[in-house]
Amino acid sequence: MTEVLPADNNRRIALVDLLDRVLGGGVVITGDITLSIADVDLVIVSLRTLISSVGSLLPDDDDYDDGGGGFV
Amino acid sequence: MSIDGVGIWLYAVTAAESAGGVVDGLSGVAGEKIRLVAGDGLAAIVGTVPLREFGEEPLRRHLEDLDWLATKARAHDAVISAVARSAAVVPVTMATVYLDDERVRAVLAARHREFLAALDRVTGRDELGVKAYADPSTLESRDQPFQQKSGERRSGTAYLMKRKRELSSRERAYRVAAAEAERLHAALLKHAVDGKRKPASDPSLSGRDSWTVLNGTYLVAKSAEGDFRKAVAGLQETTAGIELEITGPWPPYSFAGDVMNE
Repeated sequence: MTEVLPADNNRRIALVDLLDRVLGGGVVITGDITLSIADVDLVIVSLRTLISSVGSLLPDDDDYDDGGGGFV
Repeated sequence: MSIDGVGIWLYAVTAAESAGGVVDGLSGVAGEKIRLVAGDGLAAIVGTVPLREFGEEPLRRHLEDLDWLATKARAHDAVISAVARSAAVVPVTMATVYLDDERVRAVLAARHREFLAALDRVTGRDELGVKAYADPSTLESRDQPFQQKSGERRSGTAYLMKRKRELSSRERAYRVAAAEAERLHAALLKHAVDGKRKPASDPSLSGRDSWTVLNGTYLVAKSAEGDFRKAVAGLQETTAGIELEITGPWPPYSFAGDVMNE
């Protein structure tokens, strides 16, 4: 078992976990300047080389959380 | 919107009564001093940022720059994590910007009830991530060991037979991994208030050859965090061919939105 803290120097791993949470998680409120779904898609497109899914391992039931703009 | 203007970057929302002193000495995504905007019994944790960098157009442009994104994501998280150490917080998705404090106060008033419900859900709790990496070859051999039969090596048919066995062996390993992930997730949920499985990240990013079979995240009572970590260590000891990794504690990014992102 290994531990990676958010502030850890192991940047490559921590960055995925971090982006998954600060962009994919958090409360979504409409701001005056805010990212539209299209903008978030753009971010995801630009990160696609780094982040992708092995979604077929995930169950098809409700406890699979694909909400909140997570990377798929 | 003036290019020389400023915007108000929103980091998180907390209860006004617990907000005293929580932002002292903190700086944010633009190096700005973090401050509070209070209203309706709530306090928004904000910073004033220049629109030439954080306005709509620049923001969109910057978000495609991974270095910029990484730096700002870490700064956004650092503020929220610092506040979370002393008060319950509802983290706000990165890059939510308002034109002035009045607009922030209006949001606190309009979503007052939902913020209180979200705070109630996360108070006294942290988020812990648990990932499980499976080594396919270990799972294959564990499932059913295949021996190379002597004399098969030379012919094309033999090659194809061997290839077919390897593929079905891999498929079985995949099924074993999926079942293990389900078992681990269920075991971890017993030590958590709630938990979710997120899409797994690509193996190339973790620098591992192994499969990420579980990318779970769990809402855990602060008082039960030790038990949760012990449970992870216990599962690690009894699970062959799978490596577990804990991240966090994180502010409740994956759970605060449950009552608000409707």
